[in-house]
Amino acid sequence: MTGIKTGIHRETRMTRFLTTTALALSMMGTAAMAEPVKVGMITTLSGGGASLGIDTRDGFMLAVEKAGNPDLEVHIEDDQRKPEVAVQLSDEMIQSEDVDVLTGIVWSNLAMAVVPGAVRQGKFYLSTNAAPSQLAGKGCHENYFSVSYQNDNLHEAAGQYATDEGFGRMFIMAPNYPAGQDSLSGFKRFYEGEVANEVYTQLGQTDYAAEIAQIRDSGADALFFFLPGGMGISFMKQWAEAGIDMPVVGPAFSFSQDILPAIGEAAVGVKNTAQWSKDIDNEANAAFVAAFEEKYDRLPSLYAAQGYDTARLLLSAMEKADVSDADAFREALRAAEFDSVRGDFAFGPNQHPVQDIYVREVISEEGQLTNKIVATAMEDRGDAYAEECSM
Amino acid sequence: MSAAEVTAMPEGRGGRMTRAQIVNAALALGLIGFGLGAWAMDETFLVTLATKVAILAIAGAGLNLVLGFGGLVSFGHAAYFGLGGYASGILAHHALNYTAMFEWPFVFEGTTSMPVIWLTAMAVGALAALVIGALSLRTTGVYFIMITLAFGQMIFYFAISWPAYGGEDGLPIYVRNGFPGLNTLDPVQFFGLVCVVLFAMLGLISMLARSRFGLALQAARQNRQRLMAVGIRPGGVLLVAFVISGAITALAGALYADLNRFVSPSMLSWHLSGELLVFLILGGTGRLFAPLAGAGLYIALEHLLGGVSDHWQFFFGLLLLGVVLFARGGVIGFLAGGKRHG
Amino acid sequence: MSTILLIEQLLNGLQSGLMLFLMAAGLTLVFGVMGLINLAHGSLYMVGAFACAGVAAATGSFWLGLAASIAAAAAAGAIVEVAVIRRLYARDHLDQVLATFALILIFSEGTRWLYGSFPLYLNVPPSLSGSVTLPGGIQYSLFRLAIIGAGLAVAVGLFLLIGKTRIGVQVRAGEADREMIAALGVDIRRLYTLVFALGAALAGMAGALVGTIQSVQVGMGEPVLILAFVVIVIGGIGSIKGALVGALLVGLTDTMGRVLLPSIFGLFMETSAATSVGAALASMAIYILMALVLIVKPGGLFGARA
Repeated sequence: MTGIKTGIHRETRMTRFLTTTALALSMMGTAAMAEPVKVGMITTLSGGGASLGIDTRDGFMLAVEKAGNPDLEVHIEDDQRKPEVAVQLSDEMIQSEDVDVLTGIVWSNLAMAVVPGAVRQGKFYLSTNAAPSQLAGKGCHENYFSVSYQNDNLHEAAGQYATDEGFGRMFIMAPNYPAGQDSLSGFKRFYEGEVANEVYTQLGQTDYAAEIAQIRDSGADALFFFLPGGMGISFMKQWAEAGIDMPVVGPAFSFSQDILPAIGEAAVGVKNTAQWSKDIDNEANAAFVAAFEEKYDRLPSLYAAQGYDTARLLLSAMEKADVSDADAFREALRAAEFDSVRGDFAFGPNQHPVQDIYVREVISEEGQLTNKIVATAMEDRGDAYAEECSM
Repeated sequence: MSAAEVTAMPEGRGGRMTRAQIVNAALALGLIGFGLGAWAMDETFLVTLATKVAILAIAGAGLNLVLGFGGLVSFGHAAYFGLGGYASGILAHHALNYTAMFEWPFVFEGTTSMPVIWLTAMAVGALAALVIGALSLRTTGVYFIMITLAFGQMIFYFAISWPAYGGEDGLPIYVRNGFPGLNTLDPVQFFGLVCVVLFAMLGLISMLARSRFGLALQAARQNRQRLMAVGIRPGGVLLVAFVISGAITALAGALYADLNRFVSPSMLSWHLSGELLVFLILGGTGRLFAPLAGAGLYIALEHLLGGVSDHWQFFFGLLLLGVVLFARGGVIGFLAGGKRHG
Repeated sequence: MSTILLIEQLLNGLQSGLMLFLMAAGLTLVFGVMGLINLAHGSLYMVGAFACAGVAAATGSFWLGLAASIAAAAAAGAIVEVAVIRRLYARDHLDQVLATFALILIFSEGTRWLYGSFPLYLNVPPSLSGSVTLPGGIQYSLFRLAIIGAGLAVAVGLFLLIGKTRIGVQVRAGEADREMIAALGVDIRRLYTLVFALGAALAGMAGALVGTIQSVQVGMGEPVLILAFVVIVIGGIGSIKGALVGALLVGLTDTMGRVLLPSIFGLFMETSAATSVGAALASMAIYILMALVLIVKPGGLFGARA
């Protein structure tokens, strides 16, 4: 019986959502253009890390289907998390399918392989996740928009949170690759206490016994770590087994909805920073979470939310301008007039978001692990590279 | 090319072509025809795809020299491929940023000229192959497979964690490097250039295989004792082959970096070493044109199966297994017949 | 660094070595007896971890899951041996590398097809969770101690199996001279299937045990496969003793490298750069170790044949 009840409940919310969208569509309908927009989505759908790409795609497509705009055409391809495959796919999409907009890449190294070339060929790129510092500073481009964040943001927010909490000595740890090095420097940018020790692990490392012993020995007040994907799952399980009583802070990547079930109870109580959470209280978010659960029968992750917002941004620009008029379309994107699931959303001068970043806590809710917002770490945060961007 | 082909060659040259030669000619014409046909129909992406096949075939040809003729199973050829790629990426990076690579003992500037880049890449590949080969050739069999893998992994991890040239993020080449008299940004001109390099390399290997050196190399595969009995040190022959092989594979890497306008540690990964081996076995180990046939088939399958199912690797695995178990001569063996000796 | 911490890190090195030994034992056994390079050993490891996670989730019992992991991996091993591997014994190493490379693709993609791309949940059973205090005040995870125990038990078990039992005699005879033992009326095909299934069962058990404190996901077998190869090549392919010594060497080199190198570079470099360079060198350490061993002893430390 409860199942049916929830179903009805969802349906009413769904209906409200649909009506809102339809209303919005009909209001803007007069200005709508007939020129179709072709989108090429390159994302990771096979191999390790596929869960991130799948959530990105599902979030994006949810918004596309809800909007029901016949002028939007999406081609989806799997990059296998290999930069050379991503380059080949972008070549194919640009040269033979003649797409207008590219999107979907999860990883910074793949983005670095694809984005500079694509935007120079006059295509728009809307980032659903990866936003490396090179593309935010000197390498910024008028056709490149990051809808997610700038890579450093969540780490900076964790640093700010550690400062606010009064953690005097922090142990900080990340894998030894560019995103890991950026992570620790992002954290230190806003952390005012003392760094007890700074450790780089190997990319893809699965056993953390040695690091955990070092952490225990360091006598730090708290631990900050950035270990995305399988690395984070391994670390958190081993951390829980070690039985160390020390607060843990990290960016959302190790605690997002796609991997929380795999970590299990070990994650409960951990603070993590994100620009989105499923309990952000606004109409767009409620509609998104309900529709996502309804359609895919699982809770949406951060990546799904980013995919969803990216599609909604694109749809909002399509309502206002014709993609063949690149300047007008760019202006329409820059205006970002859509109801973000994050609430307030605007682009900064380098076309990266200016947004609030929250601190979430992992909780167990109705037998499921999920995140709940407990504080706001930073308000209207842009990024550290915007002034280097001459646009 | 197998020993059988080598001995058959003089007869073929006199009158009719052998079946293997017909297949080889068909493969070469097929590649060129596909590339030009795609260009004529304005399918730029297919030209790019054909270019990729040709470049991977060059890399495979490098491996074929040691594997097909010398019998050395190198599981670390991605190292030379990646080093060649980085040679190209780093030179272009310095040229585009107007910084010298190093100023001591002499000033070394970056460049965007392909001939210079190619020579540098080949020198780097040859040097790496010399060091790795000299150490690895002390072992044989499985140990050789594994030590080449170990050296490959060493370079891979180094590239990932060394921050100077982008680490795991890789290094973009914003504008494709230039070749005197050509517009390399035009896909079909670049394709033509790569084809010339490919056939030059295949010609070089064919010449090597028929030379005294090549015969000694094949003897080293079949019977080391006999080679020593006639006064040739097999180790020296194999090392020379290994160095040439490294240089050719590095050249392919430099071209690949230019094709993608990007170089990253994934060019150094053991998966790529495995893929190069797969090209050879798909094409038919020890055949001169095996790398071209194998790379062509691999890329075609990846492209076609990838469009059919997300799980294309499953079917590709089945197919590869079938070829290894039941079609040992690979594509060329199937088409041309004739068994490879040894 | 304090002495206690140093001792704890040595213990961690031993523990990570024994974890590798669980994986390497099956690999070296199969190579020693059949002369086969099995790249798909990592896939059997993954099969074990998935079976354990699946059964543990369905029944709520980790121990049933562990039993299932051994059974499932052994069954998968036996099937693969009969269908594919059997045809490869007489082939050269290249064919073996490629056929088992193909098996990796099939297993990985097949598992993803069945289970999806999201990592699975598998956690330490209540009876082994938490940590104990060792003499000297070292706090150590109980499950890691259990892994040490399992590694040692497998080592002893294999020595006894090879040294004392009838199967062991046949295996040793088969290593020495295949034709001879077939002539003596031993069913060599069945023996090979049995040995392969045993190797697979060891991989499956390793997958379940290690997966419990790491992540259970498609592709988990590949990094550990490469490490296991490093181990058996250092030890000498085919030698159980070599695998044990190699595993401990690799475990210690890796752990101590990760811990010590950054501090050593910290003596004469700025901290951030030192940790980064130290970690870079640490990630290459085991491959450098392997290259050194092979240069000095081309057949590995205890190698009988190449």
